[in-house]
Amino acid sequence: MMAAMPPAPDGPRPDPASTPVRAPAVEVEHLVKRFGGFTAVDDVSFEVAPGELFGFLGPNGAGKTTTISMLCTLLSATAGQARVDGYDITTQRDEVRASIGLVFQDLTLDDYLTAEENLRFHAVMYGVPRSQVADRMMPLLDMVGLTERKAQQVRFFSGGMKRRLEIARGLIHAPRVLFLDEPTIGLDPQTRAHIWDYVDELRCRESTTMFLTTHYMDEAERCDRIAIIDQGRIVAIDTPDALKAAVGADTVTFATADDALAARQLHDAFGAEVVGQNGGLVVRVPDGEEFVPRAFGVLTVGVQSVSVRRPSLDDVFIKYTGRAIRDAEAGAGDQFKMNPMVRGFRRG
Amino acid sequence: MATPSHADATDAADAVASPVRPPDAATRRQATLTRNGRTIGMVWQRELIRLRRTPTRIVTGLAQPIIFLFILGAGLGSLIQQGPGGLDYQEFLFPGILSMSIITSALFSAVSIVWDREFGFMREMLVAPVSRTSIVLGKALGGGTVAVVQGLILVVAAPIVGVDLTVGRLLLLIVSLLLLAFAMTAFGIVLATRIERMESFQMVMTLVLQPMIFLSGAVFPLQNLPTWLAVITHLNPATYAVDLVRRSVLPDVPGVEIAGWVVPMWAEAALVLSIGTGLLALAVRLFNRTD
Repeated sequence: MMAAMPPAPDGPRPDPASTPVRAPAVEVEHLVKRFGGFTAVDDVSFEVAPGELFGFLGPNGAGKTTTISMLCTLLSATAGQARVDGYDITTQRDEVRASIGLVFQDLTLDDYLTAEENLRFHAVMYGVPRSQVADRMMPLLDMVGLTERKAQQVRFFSGGMKRRLEIARGLIHAPRVLFLDEPTIGLDPQTRAHIWDYVDELRCRESTTMFLTTHYMDEAERCDRIAIIDQGRIVAIDTPDALKAAVGADTVTFATADDALAARQLHDAFGAEVVGQNGGLVVRVPDGEEFVPRAFGVLTVGVQSVSVRRPSLDDVFIKYTGRAIRDAEAGAGDQFKMNPMVRGFRRG
Repeated sequence: MATPSHADATDAADAVASPVRPPDAATRRQATLTRNGRTIGMVWQRELIRLRRTPTRIVTGLAQPIIFLFILGAGLGSLIQQGPGGLDYQEFLFPGILSMSIITSALFSAVSIVWDREFGFMREMLVAPVSRTSIVLGKALGGGTVAVVQGLILVVAAPIVGVDLTVGRLLLLIVSLLLLAFAMTAFGIVLATRIERMESFQMVMTLVLQPMIFLSGAVFPLQNLPTWLAVITHLNPATYAVDLVRRSVLPDVPGVEIAGWVVPMWAEAALVLSIGTGLLALAVRLFNRTD
């Protein structure tokens, strides 16, 4: 199930004549992961273009985290193959690891180290030359607003500060592909907005490819493309607009002085199916905004209010998975237990 | 205590390492080496930073040996008129208590692996483009250093219990303690790779640590033991390490005998070193297998 590649991202592109064709940032072919008899990821294929913000959505247990774990070389694939930044995840693990940055929902900072020490430790492991560490660290600390706290041990930080520090850390080695697994989960709206500002800035400046999983609809909306995964399979993959368009109709809701009469008039004029719902009239039409003025032309009863709702990503999500995005988040505690990345390490 | 500076293991080839794709295979190999070398240094340094930031650990690490040395030493010393080699019991006990402190803190320093796994930092290290061998080596060096630092703090008690230390003996002692700490840290890492939770680690520590210490001649002389106890103590590798430490500071002590043959110090050192190396190799193998 492969969608056409999206148009090239904005910004300077290398001249095709002087550079070889840029490989996809992420390239997945028939990837499979089984745990015993259970197939967590079932023949998944997709591509992510360089510089793209790619959203990976799905209910818990759908195989999101398992797929990311394989792409990050934390889990080995049962079958199929994948390349990240052109490197094979099975045969070129170190190259893959050097090319990616990770920001996970579970914190992986050392509480007893200071913010600066955490960054420095990371920089060393990713081979950032010593002479460059400070030059890279300072702007990042600035960006996440932690310059003043850099000498403080992380255990004194709030959850939001820790997450911001993790994001700075994930960027210090200038990764080509940044994996963000629910990067803003549990954060207050202000911090979330901040983090997205950084992410946008980063995309503009460094054209870093972003691979995101999220349960927030507004974050999914920002993506260039979205893949929806359910029961280990990709059930839909496209731009948010195209996915919403595929769901179809807009929902127009009227509140009128005489609903029965209004319903009859709308039905007679447009042949539309009109449903009484929550004390209002609901009509589903292909183009709601264009429908409203025409509706006013035929209605003789007083209209108190009217609203047009476009199909949302939630509608898309419900259509493909049978659940709402937010519902899919329920039981975060279970997810922690099921998280193969956490489990994998504990197996020892 | 040693204050870690920001100096890492390798300084020279800094300019080569870069997360941007290195141009050719040789450069890339060089960059990989540099990265791994610096990682060993960083992991080592982290253990020292964490020790410095948890002073309670230093206090706890010192309390037990001091209680043993002064209370047990004085109390039992009153029963024992003269130990082997004409020493009084507290003198005899001192190197045993040093060894005990090293064994305990070296094994416990490996807890940091279980801890890191529990709190997620292990994943930060495992997902980095460095070999797991460097992580294990850094851990072993760090754990060993921490243990020796804690052991050396106890050395100030030497004159109090009547042990004379010359510079030569002190150097010999440091080498012996390093060997012991190295072997025990490697052992601790092997255990830590097989153990998932802190609770089980504590259980293993009780079941492994205490018998190992009490059957090593740390707290009583091995001469004139009942046969069954003599056999067990001679099979315990820790016995030779403790004996090495003791003979480093007390040259008059007779040394472990096997069927009338006094095991020379160099043989004890070689034994401890090879067991430590073997355990470290095993630790690397086990650690590489986790994913």
